[in-house]
Amino acid sequence: MTEPRQGRERADVDPAVAEVPSLAIDPLLDRPETRIVVCCGSGGVGKTTTAAALGLRAAERGRRVVVLTIDPARRLAQSMGLAELDNVPRRVPDVDGSAGGELFAMMLDMKRTFDETVEEHADPERARAILENPFYQSLSTGFAGTQEYMAMEKLGQLVARDEWDLIVVDTPPSRSALDFLDAPQRLGSFLDGRFIRVLMGPAKAGGRAGRKVMDLGLAGLSRFTGTIDRVVGAGLVRDVQNFVAALDTMFGGFRTRADATYRLLQAPGTAFLVVAAPERDALREAAYFVERLAADRMPLAGLVLNRVHTSGAPGLSAERALAAAETLEAKNLAPQGMADDPTGQTETERTTAQESPSPGDSGRERPPGRRSPETHSSTGSYPTDAEAADHKTTDGGHDSGGQHGIPIPREDIGHEGTGHDEGATPVTADLLAAALLRVHAEHMRQLARENRTRARFTALHPEVPVVEVAALPGDVHDLDGLRTIGAALGDSAP
Amino acid sequence: MTPERRLHVVSGKGGTGKTTVAAALALALAEEGRRTLLVEVEGRQGIAQLFETQALPYEERRIAIGPGGGEVYALAIDTEKALLDYLQMFYKLGGAGRALRRIGAIDFATTIAPGLRDVLLTGKVCEATRRRGPDGGFVYDAVVMDAPPTGRVTRFLGVNDEVADLAKVGPIHHQAQAVMRVLKSAETAVHLVTLLEEMPVQETADGVAELRAAELPVGTVVVNMVRPPVEGPAAPAGVDRRELAAALRSAGLRAPTRLVDPLLDEGAAHAERRSLEAAQRAELAALGLPVRELPLLADGADLAGLYRLARRLREHAW
Repeated sequence: MTEPRQGRERADVDPAVAEVPSLAIDPLLDRPETRIVVCCGSGGVGKTTTAAALGLRAAERGRRVVVLTIDPARRLAQSMGLAELDNVPRRVPDVDGSAGGELFAMMLDMKRTFDETVEEHADPERARAILENPFYQSLSTGFAGTQEYMAMEKLGQLVARDEWDLIVVDTPPSRSALDFLDAPQRLGSFLDGRFIRVLMGPAKAGGRAGRKVMDLGLAGLSRFTGTIDRVVGAGLVRDVQNFVAALDTMFGGFRTRADATYRLLQAPGTAFLVVAAPERDALREAAYFVERLAADRMPLAGLVLNRVHTSGAPGLSAERALAAAETLEAKNLAPQGMADDPTGQTETERTTAQESPSPGDSGRERPPGRRSPETHSSTGSYPTDAEAADHKTTDGGHDSGGQHGIPIPREDIGHEGTGHDEGATPVTADLLAAALLRVHAEHMRQLARENRTRARFTALHPEVPVVEVAALPGDVHDLDGLRTIGAALGDSAP
Repeated sequence: MTPERRLHVVSGKGGTGKTTVAAALALALAEEGRRTLLVEVEGRQGIAQLFETQALPYEERRIAIGPGGGEVYALAIDTEKALLDYLQMFYKLGGAGRALRRIGAIDFATTIAPGLRDVLLTGKVCEATRRRGPDGGFVYDAVVMDAPPTGRVTRFLGVNDEVADLAKVGPIHHQAQAVMRVLKSAETAVHLVTLLEEMPVQETADGVAELRAAELPVGTVVVNMVRPPVEGPAAPAGVDRRELAAALRSAGLRAPTRLVDPLLDEGAAHAERRSLEAAQRAELAALGLPVRELPLLADGADLAGLYRLARRLREHAW
């Protein structure tokens, strides 16, 4: 497995990318003035995992942290040792508290948050009227958009409780993810809107709004609400009117709090981190986000770039590696007179010519295409090649388009001085080297793709500090996994 | 023989490339003499970016010719215009629609009550699916919708069930019921795009369960961005590093001893990834749905890549 941060001096790094300032996460997390860290970015870039890893790292460095996640995968909750996350901050067990810190985690429950807000800010009778209103029940259980309001509301509540000295917030996976910032404004424009007053009927709308509607050429409010009735059905209008009337007294509070939270996000104690992966769409969203944060005068700390691939042998190019692989393969095929066919067109023939089946292996797991079958000793857990062939996974246009993996037993490599096991037949070093070179070539191509994508972002925003997190083969399953990511985030000082 | 599927809803976890798959599917279904419509509902102009054209206006316009020779039309739905359209179509509101906008009713509908946005989007897509031309035949042979992500798609598609409950009578009630009938019919299929990684696969499994519980028809699981496995020999139980270095040297590589560790690390990571992928394939197979794989496009999803994916998708029945 590639160690995080390894191989930073990549041979093919775009010079512009190489000069990007690095984002120092540890000082940011350690500074007592940092009170809120907001992770934003498009879906699927590891945003929630990043938020959890930051929270854990800050806690183990001595801060009292709460992580507010929006829609975490169940496994993330489990990775923090919690069966599930709910609307109440839960203390995460097994966090190293030797530096005096603690970690709490919670998940935004939209409906609960909405209900609690209503219960807290309305008298019991009015609260009951709201909670039982069918329109409210639909609105609060997660029509798109509600999540954003409630995330702001919950963040405001957490700040108000003043029990934590650092709040790490994961943002909702919205279409644009920017709705999070829009929430106060939209709420504001809604509350300022005449529609509300019109809906609430002539008595409330009265005066200016009422006259305006008349001025618009409608015969009058009755005609207007009549139209709405016709469109949505009278029952719904009544429900909405009742809902709005019931919420009326709370609106001021809603708006004041949303405005306050918005201003809090602009304050120096907040740090926004844009999270992305080195993929075109994710970085395009990230660029958009950087611009949007600037427009809203929100304090951007930098870009967290997840899933970056690195190589310990950056100087060996894909082309060179492939050429060497072909040389090695040709050399080994030559005795069978197959040197002119290194790409594996007549695999059945080659198999018969070269090898006999090993007795211990089932033929089903080893279609004719596999080379050197007598040597593969641990392919049991491996995806069967027949399956891979059925899936037609390979891209016809790809140089290395074979059907087989390179099953290297993980436990047996990477140690100094490992020799042959007693009794095991040695694979020819040439063929193993060739396969490794092909893997490397594929890897270098990926690196090149990532660099091209990054160069585009860097050209737009050369000033944005970046911290890279190396790609891990699998997902995070426990606190140690989060710690590994936290370490990759933290140890970024150049 | 089941009726032909005409409405293809494409969803997937964020980052899995569902817009690309939706576009490729619209191309794939555009066989000679046929016409498909690709609909974008999230206002990101991802279709325009994929097809390397200017931002799409709110109108159905021809955007490409599929590899099979048919026409692909595209539509990016603008919620506000869709609402006015909808009001005009069903209620002949005329000037009242403009008045609604001026007093903020449209803002209300499209932001504060965003469920209505989902109603409009699903309504528009169903309308396009059911639309017939002067000859009585369907205007579009197939409609492909680039839908919201897996975590939200069941609620998105099911919004009309909720609306039918909220508005118990009246035209909205009937319209909502009509839309749900289309979405739950055998004419519709919801396809889920995933990657061979744990979280997207888990989300796909959850999504399939939710869709099934909501009685929405699940179609195909599309595994996107599958990296080609590297061909090679099986390894022995141990690796002789000196022999490996010698092999690398014989291939003309310089400083081969310094390459051994990095190459073995990369090989091990590759093997680990492959075995994780195998586990994810098994999870997907257990869903009991057709699974199709699409290769990772080495140069990203450009127009040429899109057509390559489309040709791959044409190999299957949808």
